[in-house]
Amino acid sequence: MEIDKKMVEYVARLARLEITEGEKDLYTRQLGDILDYVEMLNELDTKNVEPVFHVVPMTNVFREDEVKEGITREEALKNAPEKEKGFFKVPRIIE
Amino acid sequence: MELFTLKVHEASDLIRRKKISSEELLKSVLGRIEEVEEAVRGYITVTKEYAFKKARQVDEKIARGEEPGTLEGIPFAVKDNICTRDILTTCSSKLLENFIPPYSATVFKKLEDKGCILLGKTNMDEFAMGSSTENSGFFTTHNPWDPVRVPGGSSGGSAAVVIAEEAPFALGSDTGGSIRQPASYCGVVGFKPTYGRVSRYGLIAFASSLDQIGPLTRDVEDCALVMNAICGHDDKDSTSVPEEVPDFTNYINKDIKGIQLGVPQEYFTLQIDEPVGKVVAEAVDNLARQGAVKRELSMPNTAYALSAYYLINPAEASSNLARYDGIQYGFRFEDAQNLRENYFKTRSIGFGPEVKRRIMLGTYALSSGYYEAYYLKAQKVRALVKNDFERAFENCDVLVTPTAPTVSFPAGEKTEDPLMMYLNDIFTIPVSMAGLPAVSIPCGFVDNLPVGLQIIGKPFQEGMVLQVASAFEKMLNLVDIKPTFGSYTRGGV
Repeated sequence: MEIDKKMVEYVARLARLEITEGEKDLYTRQLGDILDYVEMLNELDTKNVEPVFHVVPMTNVFREDEVKEGITREEALKNAPEKEKGFFKVPRIIE
Repeated sequence: MELFTLKVHEASDLIRRKKISSEELLKSVLGRIEEVEEAVRGYITVTKEYAFKKARQVDEKIARGEEPGTLEGIPFAVKDNICTRDILTTCSSKLLENFIPPYSATVFKKLEDKGCILLGKTNMDEFAMGSSTENSGFFTTHNPWDPVRVPGGSSGGSAAVVIAEEAPFALGSDTGGSIRQPASYCGVVGFKPTYGRVSRYGLIAFASSLDQIGPLTRDVEDCALVMNAICGHDDKDSTSVPEEVPDFTNYINKDIKGIQLGVPQEYFTLQIDEPVGKVVAEAVDNLARQGAVKRELSMPNTAYALSAYYLINPAEASSNLARYDGIQYGFRFEDAQNLRENYFKTRSIGFGPEVKRRIMLGTYALSSGYYEAYYLKAQKVRALVKNDFERAFENCDVLVTPTAPTVSFPAGEKTEDPLMMYLNDIFTIPVSMAGLPAVSIPCGFVDNLPVGLQIIGKPFQEGMVLQVASAFEKMLNLVDIKPTFGSYTRGGV
């Protein structure tokens, strides 16, 4: 599969990454190399193979819905870059 | 005798017989850190004050006549992607440069409750993405065997401080080889337990279907002691498995007569440095002479595991790292005019090049129109890799392979070519894909640099892996060979 600069721009946008012109060229080349390498997967016939997403066969894990002590609001906000009146503060959302 | 040279079980014995105090041991280790850390650079944070406080508590407890536990008063280091309450946890990322977790990872809490004393947090590749610590957002750790070379990665800091005797043991995390490969490069014992064996609550998530925490130690007995302390089900991690945990020390120094060692041919022919393969093959032949049974076999999908991994891993990483938005914690670009700009600028400035590369690769592999060709295909190949192991284990008890295709390489050699860096993990990745337990132990030297032997077990058969590891260790007698480093060393090559 070919990956071009346009695709790199598109993927960066999806991932919320701003990349420079230099990075665009670099990533186009490097991602291209990696995708060329993984192309070998197409040598394998997987028509009748069930994918393994998780190695340990597990179903949903449930627990009782009990009230337990968690961290305080103050602790939860301790690492926030910006906060106000006990809330996380974010830059303007609506113009 | 310098106390910092003691292994965990030796120090434990002396503390319990009241020959040394926890504080004396701590002082010696902190002195060693002061002496050699400038040359190693394994630690991001050293928690000296915290450690003294804890050591005194242990000593007071012993003075009161309370019986200390096995790990009581033993100092240790923790990889900086494992949350430690009120202690800086950076994941070696500029994005988390100031992150002080409000809670502790279950593994850390377990060891703290057992009286282990945190020495500090160790350097790693940013978000555990890398094989050399060169992707650290702060600095590269040096390999104590040769400072121009890398210690491996991503748990390179943890491996380096253990062999440099700056910590009796350390915790690391392993996604595609990040405990085993640095253990191999630094000549220590590094164990990745079965997927689900150790709680990951409080481990900063990277690739969630693969991540697992494990110990790095100076010998196999120490490994068993730490495994005893960290394994087990945790309500806080829904992927941890309620499987009974045996006393792993029961597997040390046991007879290995008749135990069947599977030797997969692919691991000795695919892109391996010939001298490395030779050292490993010799060790296996020698154990076979001592009564183990060698069985050669083939695992045809081995070569494809790496390719599948480098789709699955970035896909999961891109999803996990979506949370870094500069709002609840971590770095934020301050001058954003709106929320959208905040996301783009925060993430672009905060993440390093390899992290961005993997996020983009993963986003691509998951994006509409490519999901089936890449992500789904990779998960199907993962099934084939897992089948290879299941078939192999029909004819043997453990598999023995090289841990990595080479010994440690000079810093800077592979940074320009991500694919070359990824190939370091060619022998550790298949194991991760299948979720199996595996250990790397030192098995010899090439050019005065340690070579790692990987022992792979069936799911939840960590005991068998340790039994074989213990037999190899006893036969090889390499445990006390150390890099000539600093003012004091027990051995040297």
